[in-house]
Amino acid sequence: MRRLVILGGGTAGTTVANKLRRRLAFDEWQITVIDRDREHLYQPGLLFVPFGHEEAGEVLRPRRSLLRRGIRLLFAEISTVDPEEKTVRFADGGAVGYDFLVIATGTRPRPDQTPGMLGDEWRRSIHDFYSYDGAFALREAIESFSGGKLVVHVVDQPIKCPVAPLEFTFLAEAHFRDRGMRDQVELVYVTPLDAAFTKPIAARHLGRLLDERKIAVETDFLVERIDADRKTLVSYDEREIGYDLLVTVPLNMGAEFVATSGLGDELNYVPVDKGTMQSLAHPDIFAVGDANDLPTSKAGSVAHFSSEIFVENFCEYVEGRAMTHRFDGHANCFVETGDGKGLLIDFNYDTEPLPGRFPLGRIGPLSLLRETKANHWGKLAFRWIYWHLLVRGRWLPVSSRMSMSGKHRPDEEFRP
Amino acid sequence: MTVVTVADTQIHVDAEGFLTEYGEWTEELAVQLAERIGIQLTDEHWKAIQFLRADFPSHGETATLRRVSTLAGIPIKQLFVLFPGKPAKKMAYVAGLPKPRGCV
Repeated sequence: MRRLVILGGGTAGTTVANKLRRRLAFDEWQITVIDRDREHLYQPGLLFVPFGHEEAGEVLRPRRSLLRRGIRLLFAEISTVDPEEKTVRFADGGAVGYDFLVIATGTRPRPDQTPGMLGDEWRRSIHDFYSYDGAFALREAIESFSGGKLVVHVVDQPIKCPVAPLEFTFLAEAHFRDRGMRDQVELVYVTPLDAAFTKPIAARHLGRLLDERKIAVETDFLVERIDADRKTLVSYDEREIGYDLLVTVPLNMGAEFVATSGLGDELNYVPVDKGTMQSLAHPDIFAVGDANDLPTSKAGSVAHFSSEIFVENFCEYVEGRAMTHRFDGHANCFVETGDGKGLLIDFNYDTEPLPGRFPLGRIGPLSLLRETKANHWGKLAFRWIYWHLLVRGRWLPVSSRMSMSGKHRPDEEFRP
Repeated sequence: MTVVTVADTQIHVDAEGFLTEYGEWTEELAVQLAERIGIQLTDEHWKAIQFLRADFPSHGETATLRRVSTLAGIPIKQLFVLFPGKPAKKMAYVAGLPKPRGCV
């Protein structure tokens, strides 16, 4: 038997396991998924939790129930990968050998990396919403917030779902407006970037939305520490921003075993070939989803699109053939903007998010870079698609490669 | 892309003045570029710039502040002192590398 071991049963790991189980013969291939806990978290749902939407039952499912028959699932804390011995070792002393390894252990928020973040004020006046516990703790803080300065803050790039902090800000603004207390809340968005977003055309659109909603933006702010007693963010260049309630996105880092195994970069991401997700150091190791260092968004859509490319390539690779598929960095993100509306962005390594229609040129039905109700419904419908189609490895009517159909550059003539 | 002349050399730059050709960079050019943004290069500046130059060809991206700090051993705080305000951009500018993309 040939042994494929997949580390991590999140979006990328589960998708890849299910797709490959259908492609690799049962009598020739053993597929093992290893994760440290039993529940699969629907991460896009966490954004809505602080505002009283999405309940526990809607964002958690047993990992086992999402994996096809014939996939072995182990629960263990991974301590190291030994690429020479082709062995994964566990904290409890156990180990499994592999012929091919897929690292899909993602990225996670690390509040311990910013001095002053963890402490007595953590989950009191300092919150995050990228974790299950954090999102539900923030729900209580938002409910009981009686006014003051709410600061939404990003420690550093890259972060997973890079539009989520902006979405959170828009949703918070709409939430306080609905409660009739918008005039008692000062909203500030603090970013290490030089604009609300990285790509110029999208940054203009999103910056305008922040302006319209009277949300102040502090740019080029790289936090050095948090003075929790004075409720103040302090940057490396000694600027200070006070808050009453801080919603921060901690530094994101890949899994610790990636570092201890010598497989990662300075943020524990596995350096890979941009087109194939194959480790640059060890050809029988691949890293998919957020765990790799691809220069595109760390997002579920990227995990999905790149998984399709990976699976095709992997089937060629294990037969000793050349890998013929190249990932183009395709990402596709719904951006909630409040009031039951959203916008949509679609882009890749080379093409920044552009206005237009999606997925079908002229027809849509979704609009790119424009606030519509249809985009919001698309985002809500996505939870069903995620649980029933995406992680099951089933076909979805969206191409893994980005298409220019329906897109136009703002300076180009556009004929609707 | 435009061609400009700095220190009697013609170089290719993007709209914001970042060098687009890795091979066109020289140490003399770095001194001139640094002066343009009000920086006199010291040994500490050079340590950061040399790291960025050496890292780029294999990494394929301009190093982030965190990468410089971890791999070259220069604390982020010090990078803000050396290249005030926007250290990541200023370092890339002087080292003749693309503006750091700060992934989407």
